[in-house]
Amino acid sequence: MSIKVQTLPEAPYGAVSIPPEQPLSSPTSMVTFEAVTKRFGGADDKSQFTALDGIDLSVARGAITGIIGRSGAGKSTLIRLVNGLEKATSGRVVVDGVEVGGLSENGLRDLRRQVGMIFQHFNLLSSRTAFDNVALPLEIAGLDKQAIRAKVAPLIDLVGLGDKSDRYPAELSGGQKQRIGIARALATSPKLLLSDEATSALDPETTQSILALLKRINAELGLTVLLITHEMEVVKTIASDVAVIDRGKIVEAGRTFDVFTGAKHETTRSLLSAALGTNLPEWIRSNLKPQPSAGDRVLVRLIFFGATAFQPLTARLVTELGADVNILAGTIEEIAGEPYGSLVVAYPADPAVRERAERFYAATGLSTEVLGYVA
Amino acid sequence: MSPDMLFALLSKALWQTLQMVVAAGLIGSLIGLPIGVFLATSGKGELFPAPVSNRIIGAIVNAARSTPFIILVVAIIPFTRLVTGTSIGTYAAIVPLTVATIPFVARLAEAAIREVDKGLIEAARAMGATPLQIVFKVLLAEAKPGLTLALTLTLVSLVGYSAMVGAVGGGGLGDLGIRYGYQRFMPDVMLAVVVVLIVVVQAIQSAGDALARRFDKRNRKT
Repeated sequence: MSIKVQTLPEAPYGAVSIPPEQPLSSPTSMVTFEAVTKRFGGADDKSQFTALDGIDLSVARGAITGIIGRSGAGKSTLIRLVNGLEKATSGRVVVDGVEVGGLSENGLRDLRRQVGMIFQHFNLLSSRTAFDNVALPLEIAGLDKQAIRAKVAPLIDLVGLGDKSDRYPAELSGGQKQRIGIARALATSPKLLLSDEATSALDPETTQSILALLKRINAELGLTVLLITHEMEVVKTIASDVAVIDRGKIVEAGRTFDVFTGAKHETTRSLLSAALGTNLPEWIRSNLKPQPSAGDRVLVRLIFFGATAFQPLTARLVTELGADVNILAGTIEEIAGEPYGSLVVAYPADPAVRERAERFYAATGLSTEVLGYVA
Repeated sequence: MSPDMLFALLSKALWQTLQMVVAAGLIGSLIGLPIGVFLATSGKGELFPAPVSNRIIGAIVNAARSTPFIILVVAIIPFTRLVTGTSIGTYAAIVPLTVATIPFVARLAEAAIREVDKGLIEAARAMGATPLQIVFKVLLAEAKPGLTLALTLTLVSLVGYSAMVGAVGGGGLGDLGIRYGYQRFMPDVMLAVVVVLIVVVQAIQSAGDALARRFDKRNRKT
């Protein structure tokens, strides 16, 4: 995902002329937001609420992109701009070459048939069976009974509920309801799937199975997925790209692994530490001092990723320092398919030891952060 | 009164009541339901936004509902005569009963439709549904149990209202009870009328409940 830079398609056959306007359709991005602002409320400034403030973002074609933020950050509004459920106050939202804001009601309906959507509370019709729920978008599109049957049955099999076709939503578990929601969203063979907190109402285990299903659909059908969530876990598990949204602004965006390992913005960091378990235990945090006094130990967070994740660096550290090293907290995770480890260690804050440590870090490329000192 | 005579009186009155309740219920619902759909979908930012019409029709519905039924019966006599050619008798009584049913059904239908989860409307919009498709495939389908109960309540209320149209010679069970039971001091007739009314109301309610339960798939157990 590129931020504030829209990748231009390469000129065909060595054409030299530069198109007068930036072309809407891009081979690399499925959705682009250009300086998008959304305000709610009255005409005067006081009653107005700015939900989105100058969003520039591009969603890569064929990828799973996550938009993460706390509740009220504007992510629900952002995803609803893509299929025109909300209209931008200013700026452009372009979906596969089509500017959403410029569409008529009819044009908007055509677009929506190419963009599937799944919801936090599933939004299945209680009066219809699983089969008939999946059939609904096809009925709306005007397909005949036979065509609908041919389309729905394989979709229900795809989401693994072939035996639950005739059940009503009330007879299904939350995870099963979301699977039917996914089948329904795929019924019209969309090119883009929008996921609005699709796993937020599910338990962790069911969340993982739904995420695995989304990942499989993304891989098998080549479907672009744009999801919003407040759970880092979701982004970490399936999104290859991520954008962090806070108070209506994108504060950080890029490849998930890069954003996670190099988090700069405070919002990203706080969302991260909860998800990665890199929060220090309370008994350490309350005893932490900013400056060392004689005999204190220094607390250092070592971060392993990329090449350093696979080497026995902790064992070597102990040998190199020639001092006691104790491990206080640690975690090893997988982010967007890449290993990531974080280890909090303590050793004597003696200048000689620390200098040997610094040399070791420089030589191995370990990324470190001094957290403080304890007695 | 001889049992034969009582039976003859009762069956005639029951037939008149059923005629009035069924005809007024049917016509009143056919007109009231679309008005209810309009009231439930024409607010600001809803499917067919028309806030001004919504408020005007809402006000008319309120006015009609706050007019006491017996006054409505008398007040619309010219209209009744226009429709049926007469202002007395069972057929004539169907007119004010229908007029009273329309706003009643409209408000009940509005309430039943507003009960439908807004998320379903959003999901249907996200599928590219037209507002009319949303009304028929989502709102009416999902509100079916609620609408069934609303119609049941309407029919039961109509049984009660129909007792008042004796004032214009509408006949029916209520009229029989007033004229024979009360004015002629015949407690046996009064008792028989009340028993028949209880049975009629009970039958309507049970049938409506059963139907609503069948339509309601929300509380199925796995």
